[in-house]
Formats: sequence, C-alpha cells, structure tokens
Amino acid sequence: MNKNWPLWEVFVRSKNGLEHRHFGSLRAADAEMALNNARDVYTRRSEGVSIWVVESKNIKASNPEHNGELFEPAADKAYRHPTFYNLPDDIEHM
Amino acid sequence: MENQEKMNKEKLKSMEAIFEAKIANDEKIEPKDWMPEKYRKTHIRQISQHAHSEIVGMLPEGNWITRAPSLRRKVALLAKVQDEAGHGLYLYSACETLGISREEMYDQLHSGKAKYSSIFNYPTLTWADMGAIGWLVDGAAIINQVPLCNTSFGPYARAMVRVCKEESFHQRQGYEIMMTLCNGTQEQKDMAQDALNRWWWPSLMMFGPTDDESTHTEQSMKWKLKRKTNDELRQQFIDQTVPQADILGLTVPDLDLRFNNDTGHYDFGKIDWDEFWQVVKGHGRCNKERISARKNAWDNGKWVRDAAVAYAEKQSDKEEVKKAV
Repeated sequence: MNKNWPLWEVFVRSKNGLEHRHFGSLRAADAEMALNNARDVYTRRSEGVSIWVVESKNIKASNPEHNGELFEPAADKAYRHPTFYNLPDDIEHM
Repeated sequence: MENQEKMNKEKLKSMEAIFEAKIANDEKIEPKDWMPEKYRKTHIRQISQHAHSEIVGMLPEGNWITRAPSLRRKVALLAKVQDEAGHGLYLYSACETLGISREEMYDQLHSGKAKYSSIFNYPTLTWADMGAIGWLVDGAAIINQVPLCNTSFGPYARAMVRVCKEESFHQRQGYEIMMTLCNGTQEQKDMAQDALNRWWWPSLMMFGPTDDESTHTEQSMKWKLKRKTNDELRQQFIDQTVPQADILGLTVPDLDLRFNNDTGHYDFGKIDWDEFWQVVKGHGRCNKERISARKNAWDNGKWVRDAAVAYAEKQSDKEEVKKAV
C-alpha cells in the first residue's frame, strides 16, 4: 500500500467576533487528524479559538485567467458607490 | 507554422514583461497566476531547501533534549524544536502550491538531490552548543529570513511572516544559555567559548558565497527572493553579533577582527571557503548521519502512515453503510 495523506486547508477564528481566516494547509489521513494537526501546527501560541478544516480537493477556485470577465464589469458601475450621487454641500446627515 | 511560433514567442515575451512589471510594482504572485517556468523552478528549489533545513535542523538540537540541564531549559528546547517542525510544514505546503508533491520533495532530500543548510552538518558536542546555535545560527537565519516576508511569491511570504514571528524567541533562549554559562564556573565559561569557537565560522558561511562568486544574485533580487547581497547580510550579522560576544565576555575566534572607524563596520578575516564547499558536497562531519536519520524516520514511519489511511478508509466505509441502512 502506498497512499499519500490528502491535503487539507485550515481556517482559524482568532477570537469570537472575527471570521475564520485561511491560515494554511497540511496533510492528514482524515478530518479528525487534520483538526489535531492544525491545532499543533497553527495554534501553538493561542492564535485561535476555533478551527475549520476542509479537504483541499473540495474547494473550487476561480481561474485568474478569467479575472477579466469575472471582475472587470464591476469597474464601470460607479453608481453602486455613494460618492456617485451629487448632493448640495450644506445637506447634513446623509 | 513559423508565423505561429513567432507569435507564441512574442506572446510569451509580453506575458513575461507583464509578470516582471507586477513584481516591480510590489504586487504578489499567487499559485494559480501565470508565471515563467524559471520562476516556478527557482522557487521550488529555494522553498523546498528552506523546508528541508527546518526539518534537518531539528536533529542537532534533538540530540540534547533528554540531557537538558533543567526543566526550564528542556521545555524551551522542546518548544523550539517543535517550532522548527512547524516551520518545515508551512514551507512544504507553500512549496506544494507550485505543483511539486510532498513525496517528491522528501525523495529529493533523502536521495541527496536537494540541499539543506550546511550548518546542520556540524555536530553538537556540548550543552553550550544549544546556546551557540540559538544565538548564532538562529541569529543568522533571522537576518536571512526577515527580508523574505516581502518576497514576491504570496504563499512563501505568508509562511515567512509566521516563521519570523515565532523565531525571535529562539535566539533569545540561545543567548540566555550562553549568558548563564558565562556567569558560571570557569569550566562552564570555557565550554561557552569552545562552542563559539566552533560555530562562529560556519555561521558566517550561512550567508552563502561572496558576492563575486554568487551566481543567482541578480535574478533573485529582481524576484525579491533577496533584498541584500550575501556580503551585505554577512557584514550586518558580524556588526550586530560582535558586541553581543563582548557582553558575554567571550572572544570571537578571528585575529583579524577589528572595528574600522572609517567604514563604521567590523573588518574580519578570511573565510575558509574550501571547508564550505566540502560540507556542501556532502563531506561534512554529519552529512551521512543527518540524511540517514531522516530516511529512517520516513521509512520506519511508513506502517503508521499506512495504518492511519486504512483507519480513515474504514471509518468512511462505516459512514457509507450507516447512510445506506
């Protein structure tokens, strides 16, 4: 038998009130081991209060080569921002 | 056909130009972005060798964990060695994003194809070596590594930020060991001096060959794998370390070492580059021992890795059955 441990992505919540953030990746045989390893590899100095692990193969990522059609359409839609709208200078609370 | 080739070449050239401009503009390169083959290869080489250095670097210190002189020293040394394992793991996964597998990197280390820092091929003979390594070797490593927090490849830069944050305690614990020995008996002070004598020159070699012998400097500067040249970093290390030796009351083993008032830096003696190349080529005192320790750990751990996979498969089969009934 020669099977490699799969790759996992590790997300850590630094403290309550903050979101889980991607911290890095590691190899582990299963989810339980991935959690335990994540604790040892990424939170040795109280960096977190909660850990998520997800097998890397389950993440679908966008392709940077398609960034043009994906993200550029937002660039010419200035009307989505408050500064697009002209108001008199002396108006308050708006 | 010829036209097609010419077009491809031109397209590649313009992509390379866009790529270089991005880096010059301090933008990061992420794993799925297009990159020149040479950039990928250089980064695989450097990041994997960096990872190997962290992993092999555990061995000379592991040698002293069970013989640490007090519980305080023992927990500190254990924590330091555990950090090094962690640093190796950050770097291996950063390197994997470039398309090389973990297994292939291990193979390269075990077969001797990949290098690691030569400093770890020296033996750790006394407890004072734990002090000298923390003070000098980690001190030199920090100088090499801090500029890498701003390097152009995103995963490498992020790993280095974490590494540098954790590493500052390593140097301090080493210096504290030296300090304690130097305030102890004559025998302890002699032991500290002996460790400095043996680790000083190999530490200076950690910055690599002199600038006129170094082949990769220009390209590495462009890609921000380097911010300063080997000689500049070495000088910085000497300038900041000599006063630290003075505080310990130890003598740096270099008869030509003296402060130069004109340059504001220390002048120092000639480095034995023959020794450096001998160790790089595998003829250091511990090269064979280090590699065989790594290889044995990997080979003898195979049944554990296999058992973990078998267990994971069995658990997921059980889940499937549970779902079915």
